[in-house]
Amino acid sequence: MKRIVEVTINGERHELALEPYRSLLDVLRNDVGLTGTKKGCDVGDCGACTVLLDGKPVNSCLVLGVEVGGSEILTIEGLQRGPERLHPLQDAFMRHGAAQCGFCTPGFLMMASALLDENPAPTEEEIRFGIAGNICRCTGYTKIVAAIQAAARDKAEGKA
Amino acid sequence: MNEPRLVAADLPAHGGVGVALRHESAHLHVAGEATYIDDMREARGTLHAAFGLSARAHARIGALDLAPVRAAPGVVAVLTAADIPGANNVGAVLHDDPILADGEVQYLGQPLFLVLAETVDQARRAARLAQVDYQELPAILTVEEALARGSFVLPTVTLERGDAQAAIARAPHRLKGALDIGGQEHFYLEGQIAYALPREDGGMLVYNSTQHPGEAQARIAHALGVELHRVAVECRRMGGGFGGKETQGTLPAAAAAIAARHTGRPVKLRYDRDDDMLITGKRHNFRVEYEVGFDGAGSILGLDFVFASQCGFSADLSGPVNDRAVMHADNAYFLPHVRIVSHRCRTHTQSNTAFRGFGGPQGMVAIETVIEAIARHLGLDPLAVRRANFYGPGRDVTPYAMQVEDFVADRLCDEVAKSSDYGARRAAIRAWNAASPVIKRGIALTPVKFGISFTSTFFNQAAALVHVYAADGTVLLNHGGTEMGQGLFTKVAQVVAQEFGIDVDRVRVSASDTARVPNASATAASSGSDLNGMAAQAAAREIKARLVAFAAERFGVAPEAVRFAGNAVEVGDVQRLSFAELVNLAYHGRVQLWASGFYRTPKIHYDPKTLRGRPFYYFAYGAAVSEVAIDTLTGETKCLRVDILHDVGRSLNPAIDLGQVEGGFVQGAGWLTSEELRWSDAGALQTHAPSTYKIPVASDVPADFRARLWSRGENVEESVHGSKAVGEPPLMLAISVFLAIRDAVAAAGDGRREPRLDAPATPEAVLRAVEALRAGGETQGGGA
Repeated sequence: MKRIVEVTINGERHELALEPYRSLLDVLRNDVGLTGTKKGCDVGDCGACTVLLDGKPVNSCLVLGVEVGGSEILTIEGLQRGPERLHPLQDAFMRHGAAQCGFCTPGFLMMASALLDENPAPTEEEIRFGIAGNICRCTGYTKIVAAIQAAARDKAEGKA
Repeated sequence: MNEPRLVAADLPAHGGVGVALRHESAHLHVAGEATYIDDMREARGTLHAAFGLSARAHARIGALDLAPVRAAPGVVAVLTAADIPGANNVGAVLHDDPILADGEVQYLGQPLFLVLAETVDQARRAARLAQVDYQELPAILTVEEALARGSFVLPTVTLERGDAQAAIARAPHRLKGALDIGGQEHFYLEGQIAYALPREDGGMLVYNSTQHPGEAQARIAHALGVELHRVAVECRRMGGGFGGKETQGTLPAAAAAIAARHTGRPVKLRYDRDDDMLITGKRHNFRVEYEVGFDGAGSILGLDFVFASQCGFSADLSGPVNDRAVMHADNAYFLPHVRIVSHRCRTHTQSNTAFRGFGGPQGMVAIETVIEAIARHLGLDPLAVRRANFYGPGRDVTPYAMQVEDFVADRLCDEVAKSSDYGARRAAIRAWNAASPVIKRGIALTPVKFGISFTSTFFNQAAALVHVYAADGTVLLNHGGTEMGQGLFTKVAQVVAQEFGIDVDRVRVSASDTARVPNASATAASSGSDLNGMAAQAAAREIKARLVAFAAERFGVAPEAVRFAGNAVEVGDVQRLSFAELVNLAYHGRVQLWASGFYRTPKIHYDPKTLRGRPFYYFAYGAAVSEVAIDTLTGETKCLRVDILHDVGRSLNPAIDLGQVEGGFVQGAGWLTSEELRWSDAGALQTHAPSTYKIPVASDVPADFRARLWSRGENVEESVHGSKAVGEPPLMLAISVFLAIRDAVAAAGDGRREPRLDAPATPEAVLRAVEALRAGGETQGGGA
């Protein structure tokens, strides 16, 4: 039995008819067509599907679509600040070579943006623990941590 | 000599060879716009597939009742082995890998039937409804059982030089020991996937996340019973491969194609993560036994290794993987008298496969563990023992009869020992351990020497196509290599840009596609940029030569006066025009503006029967120092500092190469410390999700992590711009972490007795080893 859910995704209102057992991840990818959010493990352990739900990072594979009625969701597609304006984290990830295969990247960016919203000047250790729910199998994390540090610095200096 | 390999924190988008450019897809990665196969817009009528998996490790299938599956909501068809029109095989070497089990299942998790439904969810739910009558057969689940029962996928191989046993018997010192080395799950973030679309006249187009589209094409064609020219396989990018998609991406591709042919509809088959871990093979786990004889300085006089690896139910790539283990059991050391026996055990488990290093890491862990055991036995610094055994003049021939002509491991070790302050830190750790009863520290410095080339000589070939478009002078490049995040497409584009003297963003690389470059080898063996870079360079040079000849004639200058640089072409003092302008003129002059290039690695030859020859074009080298602390009450370990110096020759792209070094190291550290695979007594993999299988995260990586590319790196062989392969070798730098933990565990005892610590060195394993050592009981090996 489908239920009607009204939700704001990347600033746009959506009315979705959803079976109650479907994950927010599947709804985003298959119903809304936002495939930037990735399915890595589907059990909440790899962080590839991280999105912001009312500003808080969640593994969208662990949230049911029918739970998000009335909420605001931000995905990687909404992180950008304009057609030609990247979020400072996106820019820093590019400049630092923080993505190799790129599959984990959207999840890291969403997690990192939540981290910087909460703590604009994190220490390296706070960054490392802040992104410890996300798995990257390619980079060894060094460049990801460096990119987040740089984005925090740029934000603090008002460059971004 | 090259400039120091400093990598700016601000990677530019422009530049040629040697510049730290960003990944060609970086802008897509960060926007969520890089398209992986599951992101592609689905064609009308697409069906979703799910395998029904065996619930037994070894059984005859008495009856398979699929009626409940067929009756489930949304199910369109259910296929079994009987529905495969052609060969029921995806085995790359031997034909022993069924697509769907036929009458007998050989591991728990083996695909038995394929469900096609309107949605993924319907297919997966229905797959659980089959009634299977399993008539259980005896299952062999471990290396020990396989050895006891003589169960092998391939014959045992022995590589021998001199008389190891006699040399050991004569030696002043002798040690014996054993070591278990665990396997490793690839955990590519993007799981196995294929999307098959039927085409007219028996054709089939398959999008497949694969490191070897050509292999997938062949297996699909054989499974469908059609000619290869009707099947095209395409892969723009993978979300990670690491060897796990060298052969094992082919199974979903063949299954999806069979289903698409059967139903006439597009079919997507994406493994759920748990299914992926249950179905696919992993890095081979090894049992190592050694006996070594050495002199008072630690020089090895005789070494006898017996390796036994768990290959799983089929051969897959186990032959070459185990060969490479044998060929890396020397690592950086001359072994005058040596025997290496390699058993390839058949078990009723997943078919183990390629994984970054391809057997090399296991061979290297074995010899490095022996080196440390010698040092502890003699009370010497392990670095002194390493130096005593390095290859050098007059002692430069490997056990497989290849002369080592480019040895630099000694220089790398010296440099990293100095830059990491290894000597002083070892002394400080000794002092710390003397005063600290609970927390013990350890340190290790290990070299890497890794042979570059496929040991199957025929694979060492590549082809590329370069198109230059007359209307704007942009370049489209296609080659047989695949992009899995390693930056291959970026590097090869840089090579082509360099030839034409244009910005790399004027060169675009299109998806790997069997319809463009045929018979391409797997992107594996770290060879991607070596092979495809040379092939692309050859194609670009051919076009450039035509442009030079055209310009020389047109403007009446000598060919030497035509120069390409800065997106422009200088024709002597006569003319300066843009690359695009010259290309356009040449087009109107009816000059062919595309070319194919081909490359085959010179010098190499190898006889797999005798295990002798020159299997490798050259060696890649590195050295690492790791320091750890262990808690002897909990077994917890922490890596405190890592120093790496790695030789990539003259780097094509220092940013990408450093990324490979850092990422490879962390992946190797995961393998040897936290990533533990466990099967139940019934052969069920218990660690089939990242919840139970611990992959390193950012907080596991040492905060003090100093990785550098070696500024003096050169390739003595002619390679693409003097670069060296970088994909696999850095993984083995992490052996230093494992040996540093062993060093710390040994310090929990008297520092001289050898701990029995297997890999991975999980907290449980460390605690067991510490307690055994402190109880004064079991130690590995004994002096003689």
